[in-house]
Amino acid sequence: MPALCRDCLATFETAPTGRCPSCRSPRLVAHDELFALPIAHIDCDAFYASVEKRDNPALRDQPVIVGGGKRGVVSTCCYIARIKGVRSAMPMFQALKLCPDAVVIRPRMETYVAASRQIRALMEELTPAIEPLSLDEAFLDLTGTARLHGAPPAVLLARLIRRIEAEVGVSASIGLSHNKFLAKIASDLDKPKGFATIGRAETQGFLAAQPVRLIWGVGAAGQEALARAGIRTIADLLRWDRKDLGQRFGQMGDRLWHLARGEDNRRVTRDAALKSISNETTFPEDTADRDLLDGHLWRLAEKTSDRAKARDLAGRTVTLKLRRASFTLLTRRHSLREPTQMADTLYRTARELLAQVTEPGPFRLIGVGLSDLCPADHADRTPDLLDPDAARRQKAERAADAIRRKFGPESILKGRALR
Amino acid sequence: MKISIERAALLKAVAQAQSVVERRNTIPILANVLIEAEGDTASFRATDLDIEVVDKGPAVVERPGATTVQAVMLHEIVRKLPDGALVQLTDDGASGRLTVQAGRSTFHLATLPREDFPVMATSEYTSNFSAPAPVLRRLFDKSKFAISTEETRYYLNGVYMHVAQGEDGQALRCVATDGHRLARIDAALPEGAADMPGVIVPRKTVGELRKLLDDDDMQIAVSVSETKIRFATPQITLTSKVIDGTFPDYSRVIPTGNARRLEVDAAEFAKAVDRVATVSSERSRAVKLSLDEDRLVLSVNAPDSGAAEEELAVAYGDEALEIGFNAKYLLEIASQVDRENAVFLFNSSGDPTLMREGNDTSAIYVVMPMRV
Repeated sequence: MPALCRDCLATFETAPTGRCPSCRSPRLVAHDELFALPIAHIDCDAFYASVEKRDNPALRDQPVIVGGGKRGVVSTCCYIARIKGVRSAMPMFQALKLCPDAVVIRPRMETYVAASRQIRALMEELTPAIEPLSLDEAFLDLTGTARLHGAPPAVLLARLIRRIEAEVGVSASIGLSHNKFLAKIASDLDKPKGFATIGRAETQGFLAAQPVRLIWGVGAAGQEALARAGIRTIADLLRWDRKDLGQRFGQMGDRLWHLARGEDNRRVTRDAALKSISNETTFPEDTADRDLLDGHLWRLAEKTSDRAKARDLAGRTVTLKLRRASFTLLTRRHSLREPTQMADTLYRTARELLAQVTEPGPFRLIGVGLSDLCPADHADRTPDLLDPDAARRQKAERAADAIRRKFGPESILKGRALR
Repeated sequence: MKISIERAALLKAVAQAQSVVERRNTIPILANVLIEAEGDTASFRATDLDIEVVDKGPAVVERPGATTVQAVMLHEIVRKLPDGALVQLTDDGASGRLTVQAGRSTFHLATLPREDFPVMATSEYTSNFSAPAPVLRRLFDKSKFAISTEETRYYLNGVYMHVAQGEDGQALRCVATDGHRLARIDAALPEGAADMPGVIVPRKTVGELRKLLDDDDMQIAVSVSETKIRFATPQITLTSKVIDGTFPDYSRVIPTGNARRLEVDAAEFAKAVDRVATVSSERSRAVKLSLDEDRLVLSVNAPDSGAAEEELAVAYGDEALEIGFNAKYLLEIASQVDRENAVFLFNSSGDPTLMREGNDTSAIYVVMPMRV
């Protein structure tokens, strides 16, 4: 069985027993198909928290939670905090109850983005076929790169992880397999600092024992629907006829049929089409104050618009999202006649939507989203007859954007952004 | 209640009723048509709480009375009965069923008590006048394409009918706009209409009204108040709430100083626009008009799918101009022209463009250009 030492990168035709014969490291990976598998999923370990520990070594042995304020949710927590039961997306008060001595840090997105860019650059040296899923994870397709780099994918990946640790200062886990679905599952098997492989030969056997929730896209509702059909594990799924699954679950059924067999022919594509752009904010305290909500609305519209502009995108559907104190969600959407990327249009539409919400609140979160996306040159082309000022406001917004590009994001603000 | 009525007359009445009732509604009675029989007439009444339509016609009434029954179902039944059939509607009051009988077919339909049927409150109409059907037909037919469907600007979801100063004195005017295009149609002011309050007639009412206007010789009695409008023929009465809102001041939107004048055969123009727009893949299909000395080039350039160009001989003597429009908007306004050439008046590629038929200013259209 071929093997690889993750520390000295030595490779072996037959796996040595015990430690690496050349560097005495215990970190050996051995697998029949180790040097034949091309698709990898790389997932940084507790990324935000790791970056914080890197920048402040005093935190190294302390539980660290990155997240917003007393009322926010945990966005990442380090492995020490995880031992206490803290999980991401957990409300902060609950996390602090589990782990009262945790150090809570407000997210410093710019720093994480910088670290993510550094990692991306290291990946670029291996292959152009990178599909980022978020700041801290990405798929890599290393098919056909062995000749170029003089080493099989597994070695390249182990080297990449070493460089990420040395140059960026965070650790990451690798899932290596023959398609995206399995690679993503694999990267979770051996976290942190993991290296897990799922080969073609063991795919079926491995999957059969797993619960259906392992399948990407099967959330709580999906699990319930499947459970009603008596499907709890992937083995249950395998017993179903393809046609019956399709009839009962529609398109999803067909996907399940393939994934249950470990079949996934999605390619690793650089720019997976973005479906929507949105921003939201959780208030320090639940609020029913329409003026305050309106102020947030403008800032969120501006952020969403900034992101659309940065990607040269526009959208036709504007969504307003409100989370009630009871955590239930209220959404309202409006389809514009023409796609837009302007903060002004986004804000005015969202404001109309908010005006139509008759519930008094209070609310704990507000969000603004733009979807039904298209290239920006299809957007904002027909001025409104009844709103002659709109054209002027649009010009003003473009001018303000130009000023911000030159003198920084805080250089010019609308008064309403200060509410 | 027991009445006999000729199938054709019944079909017309229930057809109108079933188009007024809302397909999806949570109040069962609103799906019903109220049938009332008295003397030698039967009336059919339907409402969605905003619009009420009453169709009154002769019938053989053996036993007067009233009941309500599902409008859509009754319509389906009558529609499927053979032409020329005599239909008997019987309600014995006790069984809660209406018996529909024609030839050898018998149907028993569930009823709801007439007392539950909401009858629209009568209102004090401040203005009453009468207008020939073709006049109203023109006013609404030529303006309704511009009605907005945007719910956020609900006050644009109808035709603004009001009295205005037209080219030849006072006019009865209909205006509709969705912010991208606008239609302004004038007709000679009917006698007695001068004091009419301006009202926004909702889109659905405009659609229902159209069914009253097919007969060229018909005079339509119009009654208007601040909150309601009523259109009536001897047989049918259509009453509708009007949209409670303020229609924007459209006059400042209509350009007056547009100097560049294009004259073109509207039908040829529309066909050419339709042809070139075929290659466009976007939803808002943009067409570029390039104008120069008696020559118009229509072009579409869609990088993903292709390009198209067509040249038209036109009358144009002003400075060269390039201007873009949404193809759909151009087609819609061009199709309003039925007698003479279409005359377009442009200012610049960023300003609203005006379109009219020949030199007739009683129907003008404004359309906003599009960046291309």
